[in-house]
Amino acid sequence: MNITTQEVKHVAGLAKLNLSEEELEKFPGQLDTILSYVAKLDELDTTGIAPTTHAFSKQNAFREDEVQDSLPREDALANGPNQNGEAFVVPKII
Amino acid sequence: MNPYELSIAQARTELDKGTLTSRELTTSCLDRIKAVDSTVNSFLLVTEEEALQQADIADKRIAEGNAAPLSGIPLAVKDLLCTKGVTTTCGSKILENFVPPYDATVVEKLKEQDAVLVGKASMDEFAMGSTSENCAFAVPDNPWKAGYVAGGSSGGSASSVSAMECLGSLGSDTGGSIRQPASLCGIVGMKPTYGRVSRYGLVAFASSLDQIGPMNRDVTDAAMMMNAISGFDPRDSTSVNEDVPDFTASLTKGMKGLKVGVPAEYFTDGLDAEVAKVVENGIQIFKDAGAEIVNISLPHTEYCVAVYYLIAPAEASSNLARYDGVAYGYRAEDPESLLDMYKETRSQGFGDEVKRRILIGTYALSSGYYDAYYKKASQVRTLILQDFQKAYESCDVIVSPVTPTPAWKKGAHGDDPLALYLSDILTISANLAGIPGISVPGGFSSAGLPIGIQLQGPHFREDSLFKAAYNLECGTGIANKCPEL
Repeated sequence: MNITTQEVKHVAGLAKLNLSEEELEKFPGQLDTILSYVAKLDELDTTGIAPTTHAFSKQNAFREDEVQDSLPREDALANGPNQNGEAFVVPKII
Repeated sequence: MNPYELSIAQARTELDKGTLTSRELTTSCLDRIKAVDSTVNSFLLVTEEEALQQADIADKRIAEGNAAPLSGIPLAVKDLLCTKGVTTTCGSKILENFVPPYDATVVEKLKEQDAVLVGKASMDEFAMGSTSENCAFAVPDNPWKAGYVAGGSSGGSASSVSAMECLGSLGSDTGGSIRQPASLCGIVGMKPTYGRVSRYGLVAFASSLDQIGPMNRDVTDAAMMMNAISGFDPRDSTSVNEDVPDFTASLTKGMKGLKVGVPAEYFTDGLDAEVAKVVENGIQIFKDAGAEIVNISLPHTEYCVAVYYLIAPAEASSNLARYDGVAYGYRAEDPESLLDMYKETRSQGFGDEVKRRILIGTYALSSGYYDAYYKKASQVRTLILQDFQKAYESCDVIVSPVTPTPAWKKGAHGDDPLALYLSDILTISANLAGIPGISVPGGFSSAGLPIGIQLQGPHFREDSLFKAAYNLECGTGIANKCPEL
């Protein structure tokens, strides 16, 4: 067993997910199968091999820092589930 | 012949001659959608009114003699491409009511040509899946056989083109999501080189793997659409400033001087005999066209699925952190606190497969596991990339199957996600290596299901792929074949 129910709960917390009883029943076994499979990579000796994060990157993409038009506030707020015309409204934090 | 049966190239000729208007063509596609989409379920949204308006604008432009190659052509886009003012759900409940305030670059490029967008195509939620069954809304059917999967994640983009509801579509491919449904639905689908097409406005799944590409009834149409969507975009920092050739110029008969590589590792025991036969026939077509066939090796192929199912979920877990119920999308009702709002929004808004991948990705990136999983996978990714670099020293194009089997029945994989992941084995490596790949119809199984042939090429050599694909299409003679619906 690579991953226990307790660990799945912990990881779900990190990912900001609440798992239902049914999911806690189902996910640990499925995740364990997947993690056991990917352990196949341990067969390979990768000492000294540089990791690839982007398959094709010529150079970093720099650009001039120029002032450009941005999205109007009204448009930026339009999809907000709760907004007051000036800002997104969320439950009180403090 | 109904207008909706025309290829893009054929429709272009008719539109320019004045023997057909875009309004007639668009109406024909919209009528086709009304007739068959309740069966095929390609679309999450049909934008009839906007489409007819766009058609009229295109007709005016065509009459003025200023037509661009896609002016007046009815197309669909996968529902993870942002369309200004038109709902973009990504197949997820969490984005059910999301209306983007801007267009994706590729959508902008289609609109600049006055192409006609008929609707948003169904897909697996956040492009995670190989059958489109993970869509929170309508799941497409394979137009060739009822009850069979259209493939995924760009299943609706594939079925809409195959069922002739539009003349072409855009999909996205993170591990095979254009090529696999194209193969299962009997159409052409290209995943371009990473960086060839801007990802601006594409809802992100795994940013180092995602690419947008065309899905079409024949190779010529795919080349026309690639011409339209390719090119550098300063709004996507991974977009590459490479010259874009006219891809239609590659569509010539004869393959003398081209070397076609056959990778031993792609022809294993798990390969369906009918699929193998179709690919062998394809290799014979290349030989007859004058190509030289060479045996090559991609020794790390067996590790692709493992690498992919660490890297893609890791990137996804990070990308999907933005769905928190604050600025857009679904928000859980009556949260007790901000944290509760985040958690309930995400738990209610995401489906099973998305949750599984977020969990795998979060685990692989979490403290103490990063080196063992994510770093290790990124190192093996280097080995896979090196396999291809070495292979392309001795060939120009690599030929292989797209999927180990033709389409399967819906629901076949039930609660065994790994079994379904393993079916991606032949398409995943192109994404890991960032190289271009194309699926071209190769034949049919005895059950009447389409079987595609995959071609892969070196970075930015889509031109070689188009040339080989065109010769393959000429050899098989099965382009533009329409299923009976």
